[in-house]
Amino acid sequence: MVYLAIKELATTAEDVIMVTSSIMKDMQPNSEVIYRPNAIRALCRIIDPSMAQGVERFFKAAIVDKNTSISSAALVSAYHLFPAAKDVVKRWVNEAQEAVQGKSSSSFFNSSGGSSYLGWGSSSSNTTSGYQPIPSTSYITQYHALGLLYLIRQQDRMAVTKMIQQLGGGKTGAGTVLKNPLALCMLIRYAAKIMEEDPNMQRQILELIEGWLRHKSDMVNLEAARVICEIKGVTAAQLTKPIAVLQLFLSSPKSSLRFAATRTLAALALTHPASVATCNVDLENLISDQNRSVATYAITTLLKTGNEASVDRLMKQISGFMSEISDEFKVIIVDAIRSLCLKFPAKHASMLSFLSGVLRDEGGYDFKRAIVEAIFDMIKFIGDCKEQALSHLCEFIEDCEFTKLSVRILHLLGLEGPKSPQPTKYIRYIYNRVVLENATVRAAAVSSLAKFGLNAGEAKLSKSVNVLLNRCLDDVDDEVRDRAAMYLKLYEEQQLAMTYVKEESVYSLSALESKLVSYLSDPDAGEKPFDASSIPKVSREQAAKEVARPSTLETIGVPSSSKAATPPPPSAAETQSQYAQQLAEIPEFTSYGQVLYSSTKATQLTESETEYQVSCVKHLFEEHIVFQFNVSNTIADTVLENVAVIMEPQTDSGLSDDFTMPIASLGANSPGIGYVSFTRDESTAYQTASFQCILKFVSKEVDPSTGEPEEEGYEDEYSLEDLELSAADYILPTYVTFSSEWDRLRGGVTVTETFALPAMESLKAACDSIIEILNMQALGGSEEPQSTSIHTLQLSGLVAGGGGKALVRCQKQEAANLVIAAIV
Amino acid sequence: MNLSLYTVAALIIVDTDGHRVLAKYYHPAGDPNPTPKRLTTLKEQRAFEKGLFQKTKKAGGDITLYDGYLAVYKHSLDLICYIIGDPSENELMLLSALASFSDAANMLLRNQLEKRSVLENLDLVLLCLDETIDDGVIVETDSTTIASRVSRPKADTTEIVINEQTLMNAYQTVKEKMQQRIGQL
Repeated sequence: MVYLAIKELATTAEDVIMVTSSIMKDMQPNSEVIYRPNAIRALCRIIDPSMAQGVERFFKAAIVDKNTSISSAALVSAYHLFPAAKDVVKRWVNEAQEAVQGKSSSSFFNSSGGSSYLGWGSSSSNTTSGYQPIPSTSYITQYHALGLLYLIRQQDRMAVTKMIQQLGGGKTGAGTVLKNPLALCMLIRYAAKIMEEDPNMQRQILELIEGWLRHKSDMVNLEAARVICEIKGVTAAQLTKPIAVLQLFLSSPKSSLRFAATRTLAALALTHPASVATCNVDLENLISDQNRSVATYAITTLLKTGNEASVDRLMKQISGFMSEISDEFKVIIVDAIRSLCLKFPAKHASMLSFLSGVLRDEGGYDFKRAIVEAIFDMIKFIGDCKEQALSHLCEFIEDCEFTKLSVRILHLLGLEGPKSPQPTKYIRYIYNRVVLENATVRAAAVSSLAKFGLNAGEAKLSKSVNVLLNRCLDDVDDEVRDRAAMYLKLYEEQQLAMTYVKEESVYSLSALESKLVSYLSDPDAGEKPFDASSIPKVSREQAAKEVARPSTLETIGVPSSSKAATPPPPSAAETQSQYAQQLAEIPEFTSYGQVLYSSTKATQLTESETEYQVSCVKHLFEEHIVFQFNVSNTIADTVLENVAVIMEPQTDSGLSDDFTMPIASLGANSPGIGYVSFTRDESTAYQTASFQCILKFVSKEVDPSTGEPEEEGYEDEYSLEDLELSAADYILPTYVTFSSEWDRLRGGVTVTETFALPAMESLKAACDSIIEILNMQALGGSEEPQSTSIHTLQLSGLVAGGGGKALVRCQKQEAANLVIAAIV
Repeated sequence: MNLSLYTVAALIIVDTDGHRVLAKYYHPAGDPNPTPKRLTTLKEQRAFEKGLFQKTKKAGGDITLYDGYLAVYKHSLDLICYIIGDPSENELMLLSALASFSDAANMLLRNQLEKRSVLENLDLVLLCLDETIDDGVIVETDSTTIASRVSRPKADTTEIVINEQTLMNAYQTVKEKMQQRIGQL
């Protein structure tokens, strides 16, 4: 009991000599058997790693002790000590190896019984009965010893492989020395890790593991099956055996086995749905399982592996018990059905009726929202069901208690309704909303009504909508009145209507946001009205894609992934705002004003495998250009100081050197940022040049024992590739509706030139290279040439520094015509 | 894949109201898979136990996933015992640890694994737990062995009962010792 107390207090004790010596006394080989293991385990908690040397002989003796409890305790303690005292524990390999072999425990019973009796006899005369430990029949010592061996040897792949082969036994895995199922599980995992790292051993190890699929212990079978299923690049043929094993588990009476099997199959169905399909019948029985998790996994697996025929059956079964299950489970099912809809568009009719059925049922906000979003996706991707879906949604909003959902549905109706063959049908529903609901919904209804009117082909319809909108002008809420008034005005001015209602492009949201933030935070900028013209626009489709939800089928197999997906790489606009922030923090650059434009991708100035990696980002200001260098040093044990990039412009570029900001110190494998600044001689012209770049630094070696760089280093230079500053750096790709812009710019300056591009092999290659050189956005899908001989490529871009818009139209034959309209 | 021996994250015993009777959370220092430290503060632990209890209070069923952990549990009279592990663990391994712990505790408490007897014999239960799981490593899976290691004969804390028998014993011992001494002179 005392040992428990010692273990808990171990973290607070500082001076442990007394306790240590008393524990050591208890560890003597002739002390009572019951105290020794506890003593050992407590000892490992309290000793300093440097004292491990002193107790080494105790541990060595204890590991090979015949009594399994002592041996286990010593091995587990060694396991805990390993991270702190690696060298000492490594010397106990032989003892651990002996422990793994396992010893028969028949003889020690007598000897230890005898010794303990003697011990008791000598210590007191009131012995009631000699303590006789019951031997452990679980051979769990092998588990601990194997763990320790692996820990010691894990860096050495050859040693681990040898260990696996030695302990693995023959081909069928039956000849193994390991009798403990836990130990076998660990061995299987180690074997799988080796298989992952070393492809040569794959076949051999796979055979071993397949042998263990037939072991008498369930634990081992499960582990082996799971490990095979998780191998990267496993083939369907290799999967048949583990799936057969898992299928057996599916019908086991123990719910944990069913749980484990369904979980593994659900994860496997993501990658190999065809193989899992063989278990479908068993899985269907599990849908109504008592354990909710098992049922969830079963359903999601079935939904992934189902084919068209089984989908109907599945729908019926699910609708059967929808009423009994909890809300969050319902959300999972709806998500899975949504993915299924997208997979089998032909079945949309039955799925739509199912979804609308559950929409009418009772349910919380999340549940209804999931259903509505599923229907939205169906409308988006499956054109046939649009009519049906829209009418279902209309009926839903009659009765919906969630304002947010009504607003979203009304918005969608406004977008999709006018395109449908009979728009008038929906107007009744929408107008009812205007009359009956609360303010937010009324405002949304007004907007969508207006869209009907403005987009409608026939004059009669727009007149009727006009009348309706006039009635809205008397509304109680001011938002509703405002909107009605605005839309009525739009009726009279068709041009405005085009911009508001029909415009295909929206501002890129992240860029807009960052510009607004900087506008608000800068006190001087408030004097001028906000300048929205320099924000790039993206097409609606692109914006939609950015927010589109991934099909849940991919994510549903991992319900609680704490190792979440890596954050998506930052979009161009986000990197821009990041750079703006970084530059704003450097005092020398504040006088330059706002950064106009930074290049989105860093250009690499070195090969990828070299010792020093340098990449460059160009930032444009009103009158300056700043080059930012990201330098990283991949040589361990050296530190670079005063790292600077010397740039020499080769031709007369119209740029004059300002100053350079070096990086003070650059350690191994940690990147640093340095800057070089140039002044533009004329801020209105666009200078192009190429620069020769050299990396200059003082290199100092790091003393490995102290981690500090030495006093003196030597100067060194490292030449980098040349850096080009070209037209592409000044242009930002942006999206416009080409034809309208082209007409608008017709009045401006036009430059026409003809170029021959003989070096291009195909139109596609030519298109791509032009897009890259000019760094502009291709419009209207024109980057894919439709025919091989003639094609019109439409590009648009925004020239930095308020230079204005640039449109390019090139029509190519084998000799290309390049037309540039630039507005200065 | 967890290649280390650290398999158990916690062992919790909870009563019928969801309050903890006994809980031990393991954060081994040598854990090679350093997951971000969760369930280290009492508040987090309490919240975790509460949620877990809500999910599992219905009898029947013995395995579930909750809050990013795998939980195997067992109802016993008026208590529920949980073993918590990482979701990638082998479920049967955790189940065997749970079974051995609860069987051993049953043996020690004479088949009355319920709140009152646990609280009265807390020392036995704690020792039993210590013999089953040591800082996250499963030490023993054989319930009889565990129980035998825990029941210690109370040889060193005998009460000196003053009655006839002991007085006679004492007199005997003194007589023998005197004879020896006198014989040596």
